Amino acid sequence: MIELSGITKSFNSGKPNQFTAVDNVTLTVHPHQITIFKGPSGSGKTSLLTMIGCMARPTSGRIFLRGVAAARPFQQEGLEVVEITSLPERFLNEIRRSTFGFIFQQFNLVKGITVLENVMLPAYPTGEARALFRARALSLLEQFSISRLAGQRVELLSGGELQRVAIARSLINNPSIVIADEPTAHLDSKLSQEFMAIAGRLKGEGKSVLIASHDPIVYDSPLIDSLVEMRDGAIVDIRSCR
Amino acid sequence: MILHPAALALMLIALLVSGMGIYAGYYGMRILRYWNPACGSEQQLELERRTYLISTIMSYILSFELISLFLFIYTADDLHTLFTGAMCAAGTLAVNSFGYPTLLIKIINFLLAGIWLILNYTDNRGYDYPLIRVKYILLTLIVPLLVLESGLLCAYFAELKPDIITSCCGSLFSHESGGFSGDLASLPYRQTRIVFFICMAITVCSGLVFYVALTNRIRALTGLFSAQKVQQKFSDILKCGGGYLFSIAAAVTFLVACASVVSFICLYFYELPTHHCPFCILQKEYHYVGYLLYATIFGGAVAGIGAGVLQPFRKTGSLVRIIPDIQRRLVLITLVCYLLFTLITVWKMIFSALKLA
Amino acid sequence: MNQALERHLNILDFTLASLLRRRAKNLSLLAIYLLVVFMLASLAFFVTALKKEATIILSGAPDMIVQRLMAGRQDLVPADYAVEIAKIRGVTAVRPRLWGYYYDALNGANYTIMASEDPAVVPGSATIGAGVAKARNLAVGDLLPLISYDKSPVMLEINSIYPHGADLAAADLIVISPDDFHQLFNFPGGQATDLAVTVRNPKEMSTVAAKIAGTFPDSRPILKSEIQRTYQSIFDWRGGMTLILLTSALISFIIFAWDKATGLSADERKEIGILKSIGWETSDVLLLKFWEGLVISLTAFLLGVVLAYGHVFLLSAPLFAQALKGWSVIYPRFQLVPVVDAYQLSVLFFLTVVPYTTATIIPCWRAATIDPDAAMRY
Repeated sequence: MIELSGITKSFNSGKPNQFTAVDNVTLTVHPHQITIFKGPSGSGKTSLLTMIGCMARPTSGRIFLRGVAAARPFQQEGLEVVEITSLPERFLNEIRRSTFGFIFQQFNLVKGITVLENVMLPAYPTGEARALFRARALSLLEQFSISRLAGQRVELLSGGELQRVAIARSLINNPSIVIADEPTAHLDSKLSQEFMAIAGRLKGEGKSVLIASHDPIVYDSPLIDSLVEMRDGAIVDIRSCR
Repeated sequence: MILHPAALALMLIALLVSGMGIYAGYYGMRILRYWNPACGSEQQLELERRTYLISTIMSYILSFELISLFLFIYTADDLHTLFTGAMCAAGTLAVNSFGYPTLLIKIINFLLAGIWLILNYTDNRGYDYPLIRVKYILLTLIVPLLVLESGLLCAYFAELKPDIITSCCGSLFSHESGGFSGDLASLPYRQTRIVFFICMAITVCSGLVFYVALTNRIRALTGLFSAQKVQQKFSDILKCGGGYLFSIAAAVTFLVACASVVSFICLYFYELPTHHCPFCILQKEYHYVGYLLYATIFGGAVAGIGAGVLQPFRKTGSLVRIIPDIQRRLVLITLVCYLLFTLITVWKMIFSALKLA
Repeated sequence: MNQALERHLNILDFTLASLLRRRAKNLSLLAIYLLVVFMLASLAFFVTALKKEATIILSGAPDMIVQRLMAGRQDLVPADYAVEIAKIRGVTAVRPRLWGYYYDALNGANYTIMASEDPAVVPGSATIGAGVAKARNLAVGDLLPLISYDKSPVMLEINSIYPHGADLAAADLIVISPDDFHQLFNFPGGQATDLAVTVRNPKEMSTVAAKIAGTFPDSRPILKSEIQRTYQSIFDWRGGMTLILLTSALISFIIFAWDKATGLSADERKEIGILKSIGWETSDVLLLKFWEGLVISLTAFLLGVVLAYGHVFLLSAPLFAQALKGWSVIYPRFQLVPVVDAYQLSVLFFLTVVPYTTATIIPCWRAATIDPDAAMRY
């Protein structure tokens, strides 16, 4: 369970061009569900996801991770609840690395290296043995039926293949929460449907899936559990779809 | 002024190091002033990023200090041919009044930088920035010393005039000459030898006791879950456990060992009862054994003092679990280094052609 | 521990891959880095080799030389000085030496001519250095014509040629008999160029020198140790001067390195953004950059040192020879004895790698602190 209380994120604070992306958001995200953040661009949904995903820190407010397998120092202390807003970057990062997987709008694959290397990339700094995460990467490629592409450079892939590589990469460190930011923006309807099917499969595996989107294929999908609608940095509606 | 390439290299390094030090120190002060981890403001984020830069700079400073310390001694050694009367580094350093102070401050800076990095390493392992203030206060103390060092170094090389007649190790480190170095040499080797071995024994024993205490503490801690519980139930195991004793012993032993090198250890290497120079053992004729001796004694001292510096923070927040682990490793490093030093000394005492009654 | 090692290996692996991917950019950096290391290393090797060479020469030189001064200029020493000096306590031997310079109009070179008491050098024969042999294209048994003071030729048969080795000393040397020497230069009898004095106990050297100076106020005793010292400082000074001239090159290199490190291409910036967004931490990127710098530095350093070695010891340093040797117009080509030690290499390392590393710390840090959510905002 992820609890947000009074989350505000502003940029250029104190300057004339100050801009508040997320304004005093309080919200609970339930585990093992697909949660959609819906809203026009600039409504603050991406900023909100970056804060939940430990990528950025809110200007004020607090975020709690409850019952989420978190990074080492916290496991050791056996803490049920981890308050992530005041953590140093390296700890936020450790939580992010072990708990969250990210899928980006532009897929954000590194050019010039192979598909397999791209999928393994998030595991490089974890200090895990290469053989272990290589095997995991191969089995993920297998799972998304793109094993044949393993040795290919990403420049040569089609949109659908890129998307699968991006999904495989987000799962390499075995995260319990997958965050996707406008994942279908560059996909046709068929591929968008396929993405939602994969999201459903991930949920079936017990993962939580958080998606920011303004694509009807995503927010009208029968697979989703709750829908958070945002506008101008604030939540206008929270709906349960069960 | 002397235009030796190594002298130019050393001055260049000194300037770079003090430049980096001033830069790091400036941001260190800003961190001390504006640090507020509870706040997610852009300024705080910026400061947190600076901490990465400062740690990087400090690790480079430490490694530069370490290599330039040896390069400095080696250069002094190489330059001795330019000075009438100088036979090794000891003579070159005595050419003007900046030589020995430069060496001394280089050693101090090396120790301090090492301790800073130990603090930094510990601080980075804790999730609540437990040592941030201590760390940056220490940094602001180190920076002036770095600047002083480069000033002394440049003054030393600037004042080197090749036609000066200097005294060398024979006269500098001999019983007859006055001053500090003469005093070191005139320490009665028999008593110094006894003091040296007593100090080593105390350090090693207290180190072992401390090591065992730390192991027990780690074992006791792994069974417990929250930090609060640890503090309530096991306040007794968090007691000092000989940490300070060990650290002070390690520091004293470091000084005693340095004095012993001049007083008696080097005699066994030179196999001459009157040659007290601490630099000649760095030369090829003695198989560069000096480097090993100094590396072990310096390494052991940094680790040993570092373990003691961490001692007051063993109950601070998230460090309860982290410090015993780090301290245990530091103790181990000190023990290995010091024992190696003692081993070399004893080996040479037995197999040297020189026998001191 | 093992985990830390794995992390280093993985990141190093990625570093190497990305260095190869950006070949063009890295090669230009490497080329300039290499050039700087090459220049400095050549200089250092050359100066050290010359010092070494000088030490070899001096090792055969007498402990003390006594000259005579006349009106502030060096003049010939009367032979009876030698007799008097030999009487001083502590002096084992005094040997009057006859030597001078000979200008060879044929190729514009100066030779050193020395008279030897050695019975092997009979009148009419000469032993020459390899440099002379080469310049005049001579072999053992050939005749070497020299022009004496009154323009009459003196024919000398070459009886042997000094081998390579302590080349700097022997290269321009022609050793002839004292008779030929007197004839060649019209050198007055009963006089010597200077006196070589041998002293039994090196510690008495300065006492003996003081006594000689007292007995003969117009004499000038020169100790070997003094010559040694002068050589050392002259070479160091020359090396240092050249180094200062090269400083401008070094500084422009540092600026170049700074520029390269700061001017991250949009591509690289994006890549680091991606790395950070998928879970790489600032210190991981710093480590990546550290490895990158280390790989480039070590490659440039090792290649530069190896090339400099070839330049100095195989090709005899064509780029520096004129500037640094500087005691003969066209000095006979000679091979330097290779001397390389760890000390020299560490000085070189300090002069090149350390400034480069320092120049890149801040740009690397800037690159490493790109916001992890930057990748989300494209």
